[in-house]
Amino acid sequence: MVLVTIAIMALTLKHLFAVIMLSGAFSLVSAMLFVVMDAVDVAFTEAAVGAGVSTVLMLATMALTVRVQKETKRPIIFPLAVVCLVGVLLIYGTLDMPNFGTFDSPAQLHLGSTYLSITYKDMGIPNVVTGILASYRGYDTLGETVVVLTAGLGVILLLSGLKGRKDKE
Amino acid sequence: MDINLNFIYGHLPYWLFIILMLSGLFIVVSRGNLIKKIVGLNIFQTSVFMFYISIGKMKGGTAPILLEKSANSSAVIYSNPLPHVLILTAIVVGIATTALGLALIIKIREEYDTVEEDDIQKMDQKDLKKYNKKNVLETNS
Repeated sequence: MVLVTIAIMALTLKHLFAVIMLSGAFSLVSAMLFVVMDAVDVAFTEAAVGAGVSTVLMLATMALTVRVQKETKRPIIFPLAVVCLVGVLLIYGTLDMPNFGTFDSPAQLHLGSTYLSITYKDMGIPNVVTGILASYRGYDTLGETVVVLTAGLGVILLLSGLKGRKDKE
Repeated sequence: MDINLNFIYGHLPYWLFIILMLSGLFIVVSRGNLIKKIVGLNIFQTSVFMFYISIGKMKGGTAPILLEKSANSSAVIYSNPLPHVLILTAIVVGIATTALGLALIIKIREEYDTVEEDDIQKMDQKDLKKYNKKNVLETNS
């Protein structure tokens, strides 16, 4: 409920500073929700990355650009229609899903329990999520670091182009 | 399919996440300010994460960190660790794309002196007209 309120406020507010702060609060509340849903590692990352790093990045962008959003004059009906259509389709999709938190849903039956039983034998680490992330999915994590590296390179290239342009002018 | 109270209660979390996701989508589609679009994209993304984590949740379960080294895991219920791993990767990739998007916004602001999508489109169309006129003149002469 809090999350929905924050999202709606982010929609209506015009001061970007408030919007960005709300975005940080949104991440923090969602981290709490992750803890409630037993995903402590995810909550940790979300609180550090979502509420910390991305808020700082957005504030830096805001400082470099503008602070107040202009009034948008475009019609609201078309976006609303698109959003409603997507919502109806998605809710229709959830009707076939098992109830929240059930034991015998297809997602719980196969791989999850296997990993829970073999991780400690294979590695001796009690934290299963870390075990899977660093070992069974080591290549995936390597690819992830490549993505981060590429993004960092992209940001550096984009922003270093700025200074060169200013010098020329 | 029988829709009773139990069914509704069991599906309410999913529907809340979908509503959250839709509000993110609505911000992205309806607002012209580019920074606000990125915020909307973040909301969208986080709600998808919540949805994934909710699939791995088991009632009465605990975090997938093994409690006793010798204890058999059948005694304690752990939530499914696989969605957690997936989402950990996704969060980090998400911050990477956010950073890239924000860098692009700074660049756009430098080039157009605005971060409003409507203004940018107007300027683009003006430029296009100018360009077309020039081309017509050149081909005529």
